[in-house]
Amino acid sequence: MAANRPTARPISPHLSVFKWRFTMAVSIIHRATGTALAFGGGVLFLWWLLAAASGPDAYAVFYSVARGPIGILVGVGLSWVFFQHLLSGLRHLYMDTGAGYGLAEARSSAVAVFAGAVLLTVLLWVAILSTKGL
Amino acid sequence: MAEFSLPANSVISSKGKRYPAPAGAKNVRAFKIYRWNPDDGANPRYDTYELDLDQTGPMVLDALIKIKGEIDPTLTFRRSCREGICGSCSMNIDGTNTLACTQAIGDIKGEVQITPLPHMEVIKDLVPDFKHFYAQYASIKPWLQTVTPAPANEERLQSVEDRAKLDGMYECILCACCSTSCPSYWWNSDKFLGPAVLLAAYRWLADSRDEMTGERLDALEDPFRLYRCHTIMNCSNVCPKGLNPAHAIAEIKKMMVERAV
Repeated sequence: MAANRPTARPISPHLSVFKWRFTMAVSIIHRATGTALAFGGGVLFLWWLLAAASGPDAYAVFYSVARGPIGILVGVGLSWVFFQHLLSGLRHLYMDTGAGYGLAEARSSAVAVFAGAVLLTVLLWVAILSTKGL
Repeated sequence: MAEFSLPANSVISSKGKRYPAPAGAKNVRAFKIYRWNPDDGANPRYDTYELDLDQTGPMVLDALIKIKGEIDPTLTFRRSCREGICGSCSMNIDGTNTLACTQAIGDIKGEVQITPLPHMEVIKDLVPDFKHFYAQYASIKPWLQTVTPAPANEERLQSVEDRAKLDGMYECILCACCSTSCPSYWWNSDKFLGPAVLLAAYRWLADSRDEMTGERLDALEDPFRLYRCHTIMNCSNVCPKGLNPAHAIAEIKKMMVERAV
């Protein structure tokens, strides 16, 4: 009968079939933005500090990249990452008090995090570009 | 480390069969159902059954029973009460975990895709293995624990207010829709207890008659057992009984803080 022994049991599909919801998305994006801030933000921050410490020439290199199109694109991205992480972090803080667990409420707060992060990013860059120019 | 893709033996093959609707059917709906047979050595597949909804009951379970009874007797699934109280027919329908018996076909648009509860070992077709889930349930000692002697000739009484604290928890039917909707449970079910079992744990923590609150909290005080919950909220969103395991877990976390400060 050995030949007829059942094969190893499969694992049922999960990510590939499960329907996404705002609450699920805000959670995984909180983790992703946290990682992006820690690594991406950390490396750029280090570069800025090292450039400033190494003297005017090194700082000029940093400055030209940061003020160029790539720098601004990364800046916009990183500030969205920051606001998204900040707002979902505040949402976590609020929910840790035991509040906001109603289904409609949890969904609205997740949607508000997404909308708020985009809004704050736009406001920040409107402010930056209108005072400093491109 | 979490494995986000399915292992080789679990990848769904494209070799499914299609069973066309009977001739003359006007109100046709396709049901795309996960199939896996432990005896044929093949990978899982989707078989698609077309049903005439005019000849089918209103619920997804009615469709499954019709398929098994009239088209393909090899289709395997659990069912019993057909009214949302036994929890047997929990499965993933149209991307969401729910009970086939209380899910109306009419509430789903287009093809109805049915897979077993997510990230579970499959025994056959739509039947997952609940052994681990039940063992986790047993681990939280889901019964009244006391140290004081029982009152003579009387039950351990509870005020109406204290009894009301158990509403929203005692109704759990252990269908595992919530636990198997939780990504934290998908990646860490070996150590994380998951929403259903934590809801049950809180049901006993909140019981005014239980005298083992400290011991129960000690057993949950662990980076994985309780704290793998990241308030993703899938559990509360899918619960077919309208319960809120995420909120119960938040209350346990609050009890942990309150006893520490």
